[in-house]
Amino acid sequence: MSNASEAPTPDDGLRLMESADTGPVLAADGTPLKRSLGRALRRQKLRALMLIAPLLLFVLLTFIAPIADMLFRSVENQIVSDTLPRTVVALKDWDSTSGELPSEQIYEAAYYDIFIAAERKLHTRLGSRLNYELTGASSLFRKSGRGLDDIGEVYQDQFEDLNKAWKDGETWAQVMGSDAWLSEANSWGKSSGKLAPALELRDGIAELLPKTAESYSSFANFVRVDDGDNPASEDPWSLVYAALWQDLTSGADVSAYSGPNADLLQEAASAAQDFESISFTDGFAEIDEDWVDTPIWQTIKTYSPKYTSGYFLNSVDMKKTPDGPALRDEDQRIYGLLFKRTMFMSLVITISCIMLGYPVAWILANLPARTANLLMILVLLPFWTSLLVRTSAWKVMLQQQGVINDVLVWLGLVGDGDRLVMINNQFGTIVAMTHILLPFMILPLYSVMQTIPQTYLRAAKSLGATNWTAFWRVYFPQSVPGIGAGSILVFILAIGYYITPEIVGGTTGTFISNRIAYHISSSLNWGLAAALGAILLAVVLILYWAYDKIVGIDNVKLG
Amino acid sequence: MVALTPISRKPISFVAPVMAAAGAFFGIFIGTANGSTLLGFLIGGALLAVIAVAIMKMDLPEKPVRWGLIVAFAVLGFSLGGIPGAVVGAAFGWFTGWFAYWLFEGRYRAKVAPYLTSGQVLWHFAFRVICGAIFIFLITPILVVMPLSFNAEDFFTFTPEMLRFDPDGYSLKHYRDFFTSDAWQQSLWNSVTIAPMATILSVGFGTLAAIGLSQPHVPFRRAIMAILISPMIVPLIISAAGMYFFYSRIGLQGTYLGVVLAHAALGIPFVIITVTATLVGFDNSLTRAAANMGADPVTTFFRVQMPLILPGVISGGLFAFITSFDEVVVVLFVGSASQKTLPWQMFIGLREQISPTILAVATILVVISVCLLTVVEMLRRRSERLRGMSPG
Repeated sequence: MSNASEAPTPDDGLRLMESADTGPVLAADGTPLKRSLGRALRRQKLRALMLIAPLLLFVLLTFIAPIADMLFRSVENQIVSDTLPRTVVALKDWDSTSGELPSEQIYEAAYYDIFIAAERKLHTRLGSRLNYELTGASSLFRKSGRGLDDIGEVYQDQFEDLNKAWKDGETWAQVMGSDAWLSEANSWGKSSGKLAPALELRDGIAELLPKTAESYSSFANFVRVDDGDNPASEDPWSLVYAALWQDLTSGADVSAYSGPNADLLQEAASAAQDFESISFTDGFAEIDEDWVDTPIWQTIKTYSPKYTSGYFLNSVDMKKTPDGPALRDEDQRIYGLLFKRTMFMSLVITISCIMLGYPVAWILANLPARTANLLMILVLLPFWTSLLVRTSAWKVMLQQQGVINDVLVWLGLVGDGDRLVMINNQFGTIVAMTHILLPFMILPLYSVMQTIPQTYLRAAKSLGATNWTAFWRVYFPQSVPGIGAGSILVFILAIGYYITPEIVGGTTGTFISNRIAYHISSSLNWGLAAALGAILLAVVLILYWAYDKIVGIDNVKLG
Repeated sequence: MVALTPISRKPISFVAPVMAAAGAFFGIFIGTANGSTLLGFLIGGALLAVIAVAIMKMDLPEKPVRWGLIVAFAVLGFSLGGIPGAVVGAAFGWFTGWFAYWLFEGRYRAKVAPYLTSGQVLWHFAFRVICGAIFIFLITPILVVMPLSFNAEDFFTFTPEMLRFDPDGYSLKHYRDFFTSDAWQQSLWNSVTIAPMATILSVGFGTLAAIGLSQPHVPFRRAIMAILISPMIVPLIISAAGMYFFYSRIGLQGTYLGVVLAHAALGIPFVIITVTATLVGFDNSLTRAAANMGADPVTTFFRVQMPLILPGVISGGLFAFITSFDEVVVVLFVGSASQKTLPWQMFIGLREQISPTILAVATILVVISVCLLTVVEMLRRRSERLRGMSPG
């Protein structure tokens, strides 16, 4: 006992501080205690973060990045401006609401863009992209890919008639390419395994024949990269002939040119004025009448920005028009109906789960532990059984030739001829999903009800409450957190279900998720699928947030 | 359970009408099945009322009467509906005997509080009947699948032969199908190779992170937790869509690795939840004590912490395993034909309705889930016992 007063006690430090306020309290190693503690805390935080970091990184890469990618895709629309760069620029000044056709320049830009896209086989992709917005665009673009050759061939034939040399790829290469490039290209062989040398334009040719130079460059680049051939020996596209004709007739002074084949060029320049010509507008009109109508141009202009709200408008049954967003026609509205149906059916499923889950949770919480544990197996077994097993079970039960109908017929409650239709409709989906999601309602309800003492009910009754009052005024309010937790969980799960509605839902019992899957795998309209998914995700996240507020994500219990 | 209330015999004026009502109720079904609802109603009611009166008036001994009723109703059932009728009849006979004495002796009162009014007693039992019906709703679909998987025909329903318990009505042919068909075996093999890899990934990363999350000072704990749990909350179709887009960008779409990574991400929340739940009861002074005695952090982890949280880790792993093993939506999009898993194959079979081989597979899967459920339950009890909590 005598030692006790000399032994150090926890409050020694405090006393020391009071007696001698000479400075901060020091830790054992002499640093101020505050700093020492701060360092320890920092190290602890760092260690915790180091343990979490690998998983966080893993989830960010394998899960969050895909979700972000999906959100990005729901607004991304680069395909139009990437495929039709000149047209998009030219269309900027066109007033799409005026009802006038685009000018000849726009047709010219479109001719260059679509021709090049068709050579690179990108025009069909653009066509199917625009087809989501304007039916018929897909076939229009496919047709144009073939048809645009006709415009250039008018000039190609005349140049070739003028002089056979124009037929030859080398003639073109000599006129367009620099001497250094020509010699490099001529010594290149396909066997070298490398790409042919990149085109280097002859000095001054880009100023002299701007359109020809540009289109020849596109051609050379395509031959070099996409085909892996030598541009110097390939015959150019008919597009290049059209460009040359344009350059020559728009007053290019070819007398200044002194490179190879200058005589050819001068001959062509003097003859070009008399060439038979065709306007681009007429060329497009020949391919398809739709090109000389405003809708396709309006659509291209509307969807020319790199990012678009079009997919989102689409998923709420609206569309972009030149006058801004507008509702779709009555008969084209499907997503509003689908969202409403998804919400409604999820709600019905949630309510049925409450109705069925509440009594079960109650009896599990109030039976003796041994019996309750036994009965719990009946809840946990479906919970652990494969979703596909349960869905197939319901398919077996609900079919017209299924077990339930057979029993009803055997009992004589239903005639053999008029068996009940319980599958491939909303009823089938609701029954099967209620069964599948019921454990998710029972388990949280059960864990809440376990904490409500039975004595409260007896106390209420002994104070004169009827059965109903005791339940409604005493027991039920305490079980509300369980109902809340279970309902949100069931609703979140129900709203995004795919497999069960797909198998037992038919056409009237499907959810928005089935539509998303359809757009990903069948119609290939990924942007719309992403937009629908983003809306669904937003709904779920709001509910998740509510769940976190009510229950806390830490308190999710399993099994 | 001990009796709460002393019981006494009930008067005939109570037992006979109740019995008659029960008889009339069942009589309706039998009557309808045999052509006349009204006749069934009347005969059923009268029959059970007569039985009740006879038992009570003559004070017959319980055991022989109950056996007699089972036999009598079985014979009656056989004459009406063959072997299935006999089975239903025997069950009904057992019920009648039990019900008659239960009412007559007043046994129904024994286990309820003595102060309850008769209305409350009625509600007490009605409530149990309702709960029983819900339990039947929960379990029937799973039970129905099992016998149907032994069907000798390619039907999704019970054939007359099966109902007659004719051995010809049963066969193992769907199981044979499953074990000999290349498509099914390939998909089984795919499932068996994908699920364990995904489980190892999620358990490995998940356990570490759960330990990190249970430290006392973790910055942004809620935000991190929200991100880690999100694969469980985000609808599968959205995860599947996102992964499909993103994985095809980086070349993982249609590869084994892609499916494993996707499934690992889906399993992680389950590992996090179960392991953090186990760590709530973990005494941190144990690790300090170990460090005090000279153990380095790795030794402490494997020798002290790991054995204690192992049940949580295992059940988290089982959850992750079953998630991957049952998963179909994500693999449908992220995988290609060479990653076709068992649920995928089932999904195809269900959508295109090929054959009842699905039911055989379903039965096998149910058996597997029963095994997993047993393991998880045992682990849960063990962990609760270790932490000094009462089971259940």
